[in-house]
Amino acid sequence: MTEATSLRARDGFALLRYRKSRDRMVELLLLAAGLVAVFTTIAIVCVLVYESSFFFRHVSIVDFLTDTMWTPLFADARYGIMPLVSGTLTTTMVALLVAIPVGTIIAIYLSEFATHRLRETVKPVLELLGAVPTVVYGYFALLMVTPLLQKLIPGLPGFNMLSAGLVIGLMIVPYIATVSEDAMRAVPRYMREGSYAMGATRLQTALRIVVPGAFSGIAAAYILGISRAVGETMVVAIAAGMQPQLTFDPTEPAATITAYIVQVSLGDLPHDSIGYQSIFAAGLVLMLITLVFNVIGFFLTRRFREAY
Amino acid sequence: MSMDVSTPTHAVSDKRQAAAMQGDSRIQPAGTPSVSIAIDERKTVAANTPKASSQGLNFWYGSNHALKGIDLAIPENQVTALIGPSGCGKSTFLRCFNRMHDLQPETRYQGAILLRPDDVNLVSREVDPIEVRMRIGMVFQKPNPFPKSVFENVAYGLRLRGVRNRLNLAERVEKALRDAAIWDEVKDRLEDSALALSGGQMQRLCIARALATQPELLLFDEPTSALDPIATAKIEELISELRQRVTILIVTHNMQQAARVSDFTAFMYLGELVEVDATSRIFTNPSRKATEDYITGRYG
Amino acid sequence: MAATAQMTLEEIRSGLGWRKQLDKLFVIAGLSIVLACLGVLAILFLDLVRDGSARFGWDFFTSFPSRKAERAGILSAAVGTTMIMFVTALAALPVGVAAAIYLEEYAPKNWLTGIIEINVTNLAGVPSIVYGLLALGLFVYQFGFGQSVLSAGLTLALLILPIIIVATRESLRSVPKAIREAAYGLGATRWEVSRDHVLPYSTGGILTGLILGLSRAIGETAPLITIGALSFIAFLPPSPVSAEFPFLNFQWLRSEYTAMPIQMFNWVSRPDQAFQANAAAAGAILLGMTLAMNGLAIWIRYRFRKRINW
Repeated sequence: MTEATSLRARDGFALLRYRKSRDRMVELLLLAAGLVAVFTTIAIVCVLVYESSFFFRHVSIVDFLTDTMWTPLFADARYGIMPLVSGTLTTTMVALLVAIPVGTIIAIYLSEFATHRLRETVKPVLELLGAVPTVVYGYFALLMVTPLLQKLIPGLPGFNMLSAGLVIGLMIVPYIATVSEDAMRAVPRYMREGSYAMGATRLQTALRIVVPGAFSGIAAAYILGISRAVGETMVVAIAAGMQPQLTFDPTEPAATITAYIVQVSLGDLPHDSIGYQSIFAAGLVLMLITLVFNVIGFFLTRRFREAY
Repeated sequence: MSMDVSTPTHAVSDKRQAAAMQGDSRIQPAGTPSVSIAIDERKTVAANTPKASSQGLNFWYGSNHALKGIDLAIPENQVTALIGPSGCGKSTFLRCFNRMHDLQPETRYQGAILLRPDDVNLVSREVDPIEVRMRIGMVFQKPNPFPKSVFENVAYGLRLRGVRNRLNLAERVEKALRDAAIWDEVKDRLEDSALALSGGQMQRLCIARALATQPELLLFDEPTSALDPIATAKIEELISELRQRVTILIVTHNMQQAARVSDFTAFMYLGELVEVDATSRIFTNPSRKATEDYITGRYG
Repeated sequence: MAATAQMTLEEIRSGLGWRKQLDKLFVIAGLSIVLACLGVLAILFLDLVRDGSARFGWDFFTSFPSRKAERAGILSAAVGTTMIMFVTALAALPVGVAAAIYLEEYAPKNWLTGIIEINVTNLAGVPSIVYGLLALGLFVYQFGFGQSVLSAGLTLALLILPIIIVATRESLRSVPKAIREAAYGLGATRWEVSRDHVLPYSTGGILTGLILGLSRAIGETAPLITIGALSFIAFLPPSPVSAEFPFLNFQWLRSEYTAMPIQMFNWVSRPDQAFQANAAAAGAILLGMTLAMNGLAIWIRYRFRKRINW
């Protein structure tokens, strides 16, 4: 093995050039695949802005943002997005009123109280709850929750934001619970032990030490949950009705931004009509709202990760 | 290496007595091996042809200047050991030889490591790390066989080099396993998973894997620190034998191991090369105080 | 509680008493809420099965939609869903796995990598209907694919891309660094390390990711509605295999289609009560498939975790 061997005479060196160029080609292909994600985002922005631009030639932005009626399909069309925003806001609020307490309690319970076995059994099942197709949840809201609520609240219309909101809340409970629980588990043991050593109960430790310690992670969970609720489509399309109304009363039917887009898509409007283009304008607003929440959630998550 | 035991031992014990009388504890190292080592005055680093030599090697991890101007010749067909306290840079230096640092971001080399006979500068930016790794082999601290069969583990390096012929592969795999002193133990288990072997066997398999590609220089990074004493002994024996075939550079935190196994030992401290000499000399009569302090256990 | 006075044992016990009660109460509350949520899932499933039971049968699976509820079936929807899932998997899997390999094995820590990672995270949070709008503008009109199986498949592929990327990255990461070092030490190139050592041991995680992605895609309605899935399709897309040369054709990709969730949505939206049974049956099937796929994914994850003990 110590015979002098020149670089080229050893086996494998001729092959090396081929291997290296193959490696470089593969790297470019893989990079292209990674860039698909970037192009998708760029494409979303481009499509929404481009198509909305046609819309905004006919409707001023001020009107769009402040008008209180949304009746694009009427003869005397009005294009104020406020009714749709109010619908989205109300259903989201109802959803959060359910999801935040329930999700947080579940998270605290799983993280601080449950045994390892229980946690490992419950978590996958909770994931399943979040995996149910939204159209099935829509059915649930319309045909099971609404009749139930109608018994409790006489005079509740068949389409209302309350059922839709409650079911959306149920839908995002698993998400808030898992993300919060992960955040709480990341709080280091020694912090809990300090509290236990002083004679605190598990609940006191959870509420006074763990939850504050995991705060940015939990906040991120809430924010991202809001984003999910805002973007939810089928439950509201099925159960909340598709009548845009400017109202914050959950017992009324209303349309959200998402339900409106569905409604137009189901219809027969030609591609270049303004009614049709209004869905892109609505989509743009939706995108901006969820983007804001996602970005806040992203920074909260990062701050949380840096802390631990 | 001549093993003239009688005179040197007396010489050493005379010195010891003299030292003891003067209250000088210099030659009573706490960590010296119990076996007497003959001092061969003819054995010096300079007297041997180097297989590789590091010239003014500097290395940075980000802004951390980890290796400072190392000049060290690695004699051919000999075992050279690198010793020193934790953090002294011995593993860092070892990994420069096969450009493993290139796998991390923000690393920078300056200076040269010349590989004879063609005097290629291993750390030069123009030399492809893959080519370097094809000529220089490494055995790692924790045995890391692939989760494949014993045969495939050893054959992998050959396959990378384009060896396809089944017969050729089988021959070379067998030779490597024999050279690694593990053939008898695995010859009936070549298709079994390598992970079913014991720790010591896995490490010898890793040695076979490295040998299969006929490296010009074989690097050992604390190869026995995760193994039991019996497995360690087998591997030390193997390393001693292997020196006839390939030049060996071994990092060890165990001084006794360095004393048992190596011909030359280099002592490093805080990223610098403090001293290098024949093993026999460095452990009994180091010329630098820092070396002596380390060997006598003043600091670890 | 005076700062200097030490508490007697009785004082401690009585103070502790109500705190422990609260603790116990919380355990009960937590457990009941968890069970309630799981219970809701069970109730939902059972209710669907019960309501739809009248319609389960061979003709439900083999009939086209019809104006008469008793005769309406999910044949076209089921076939449509299958075809779409095929396109989705074919599009999303290679791109997702490739992107994940790039991010894990190749990407240097520079701004481009950061941008890719931010985008992957961001896309996971984009509402599904926005994907529909993107597809409408891009696939249906700009590229001219029309309201077809191809558009639907590509849309859903983009939707589940983040899921596949994240799952693949996780399983690539679980391969120990020592294996990579050993391979590099022998002179392997980056692609060889990925191809020979990292990918083979990640197939479990990748498969899990694919199944989870598809289980999400199968239930997506909004994007499909936006790109114009019709729900009264009384025909099947042309079959990909035919008896004559070249035996395989791609016409089915350009065909109009419907899908299971669309069909269910259509039936639920009808005021006619008779269709509710159909909707329930379709829903039961959809939910059953989703649960089965998720269960499969969890099982695969479990099995693969035990297979190789590094």
